Amino acid sequence: MTVESGAATTAAQPAPEMPDQAGEFIQLLTPEGERIDHPDYPLELSAADIRAMYRDLVLVRRIDTEAIALQRQGELGIWASLLGQEAAQIGSARSLEPDDMVFPTYREHGVAWCRGIDPMRLLELYRGVSHGGWDPEEHKFHLYTIVIGSQTLHATGYAMGIQRDGAVGGDPPDPDDPKASERPGEAVIAYFGDGATSQGDVNEAFVFASVFNAPIVFFCQNNQWAISAPLEKQSRVPLYQRARGFGFPGVRVDGNDVLACYAVTKKAMQAAREGQGPTLIEAFTYRMGAHTTTDDPTRYRLASELEMWKLRDPIERVRAYLVRTGLAEPDFFADVDAEANQIGARVREACRTMPDPPPLAIFDHVYAEPTSIIRAEREQYAAYLDSFASEGNEASSR
Amino acid sequence: MTTLTLSKALNAGLRKALENDPKVLIMGEDVGKLGGVFRVTDGLQKDFGEARVIDTPLAESGIVGTAIGLALRGYRPVCEIQFDGFVYPAADQIISQLAKMRYRSRGHVSLPIVIRIPCGGGIGAVEHHSESPEVIFAHTAGLRVVACADAADAFAMIQQSISSDDPVIFFEPKRRYWDKGEVDTVAGVTSALPFDRAKTVLEGTDVTLLTYGPTVRTGVESALAARQDGRSIEVLDLRSLSPLDEDTICASVRKTGRCVVAHEAPVYAGLGAEIAARVTEQCFYHLEAPVLRVGGFATPYPPSRLEDHYLPDLDRILDAVDRTFGY
Repeated sequence: MTVESGAATTAAQPAPEMPDQAGEFIQLLTPEGERIDHPDYPLELSAADIRAMYRDLVLVRRIDTEAIALQRQGELGIWASLLGQEAAQIGSARSLEPDDMVFPTYREHGVAWCRGIDPMRLLELYRGVSHGGWDPEEHKFHLYTIVIGSQTLHATGYAMGIQRDGAVGGDPPDPDDPKASERPGEAVIAYFGDGATSQGDVNEAFVFASVFNAPIVFFCQNNQWAISAPLEKQSRVPLYQRARGFGFPGVRVDGNDVLACYAVTKKAMQAAREGQGPTLIEAFTYRMGAHTTTDDPTRYRLASELEMWKLRDPIERVRAYLVRTGLAEPDFFADVDAEANQIGARVREACRTMPDPPPLAIFDHVYAEPTSIIRAEREQYAAYLDSFASEGNEASSR
Repeated sequence: MTTLTLSKALNAGLRKALENDPKVLIMGEDVGKLGGVFRVTDGLQKDFGEARVIDTPLAESGIVGTAIGLALRGYRPVCEIQFDGFVYPAADQIISQLAKMRYRSRGHVSLPIVIRIPCGGGIGAVEHHSESPEVIFAHTAGLRVVACADAADAFAMIQQSISSDDPVIFFEPKRRYWDKGEVDTVAGVTSALPFDRAKTVLEGTDVTLLTYGPTVRTGVESALAARQDGRSIEVLDLRSLSPLDEDTICASVRKTGRCVVAHEAPVYAGLGAEIAARVTEQCFYHLEAPVLRVGGFATPYPPSRLEDHYLPDLDRILDAVDRTFGY
């Protein structure tokens, strides 16, 4: 996790330059915790809302930290850390309406948190107990997708389904429907990273979403690194500018600014819900940790780069803002830290005591009903396992 | 009964599905105004509109990927891949996404999607237009793989596939699109043979010929020719390539004691290998000879001037039948 000082002496990649804040970079809260206004993104959040976001940021970082530790202890096979990307995820996800549908990658633990997914479901995936297994419709949060970019097409198709259901606001199937004007509309948000923008599927999703004017927001967390490949190996233009070539707007936001991510996503989702088609949001952020727990970033990037980004930490600026403005009492921060400790303890305990599934679960849910082939293999393997049990061993298939 | 070509029977089946379920969609390249390059979807966009019969951008992964999203939203998309050799850009979406979503979600998600693929050679086409990639999908758990061989099955099986809650890869024998057959378009498909069952096309006693798709007709012609020589070949149309209908296959082999498998796809690691292994395991004491296979060579599909050598024809099938009597 830690980049040792001076370890990456051969890594020649320069640190990513920060965009011009006045131009191509929507920011509402500076790294120092100062609120700044933007004419296109007026913010209507109460002190309680901002405190709630601070709580989200702290808790998901704690879950992430615990998961990394559990991987180091051998309790998880692997973990993909969201460290540094908390604001991009919490800000965007808290702007969504309950009916909006989310298509995540495998790193969207903060978004999952906001959609009510029990963190243990994420841990069981990385422990090897399941491939996910939650009900996407119940949470309006699709399964984690591991192949890079594939989910952007699912998201686009889902948005095309919203259109066919007449569930885009302002575009009712029946103009005489008296409730048409009250319909808020539904939209989709697809998460992906900077590396994914090179994938064919992401580009095909842009094409389909554009020509069908689908109600979707493409939310790209540009964390500067696709494992070891820096952004300049993916693109010669700022990523948000790609949108123009596909025929829809692109916007770049400070991905470490939870307020800006909230405001920009809220506006783009509302446009999608109202039938104005897709938007690409580039959340300019940084992967503070390794790609996953199997990665070693000291081999390819400079420690100084990480130090620079630490100064733009997504949580510290919210804390500074709440303290400076007096919108939160000292007790509030202590309470959040205590809650984080409780969640940390629960995650550790639940992970260590998580049982393996029974062996015959291998055969479940391949088809709507097991085929003759699956039935035969299941029976054969059950008999094989039972042959040990009958010899007095404890192995059991049931 | 109505006499229809195989392509018209598919068209009639798709039309029925669109009529019966408003959630059924058709999507693909040129499926709208043009009616598809083989005209299988002719007239459907005119009657059901552009929202249900969707001319997509030219991107196979995009077609299948967005179909998955539509299915997640409750639709039942029927995707057309224009030619067999064009399915590979969609491989991730079919193999890694479509096939596994139910399993990954522990049964929460169904993806009732049909992917229609005109397959096989024999039409003098340029490369990538004559391939038989069925075994790639048969090897992928979570997919059902079927192949129709005649007009009546085309009509019934496309509707059964659309009704299935599992994803179905639906192979259409493109050189048989113009073959005519009797189709009962009035009867519902519930009375039709289930689409995961093999069917006996021609009864016989001496040897079982297992085949599917475009080679079924070749197999029947082989059997009729063999009768001249006093050989009685039982021809089975497998119809379902995954799962295999082992009961029907093995019942026939136990009866005849000999088995030949014929398909256009390369013999090496082809479906015939799986069938031979299963038949050997389950019918070992009934077999008078090893299971023999006839099919494409372990080469890319050749230029079309050579395809008559590559495709299993009547003579190569009968040669294999003869060889099963040499043991």
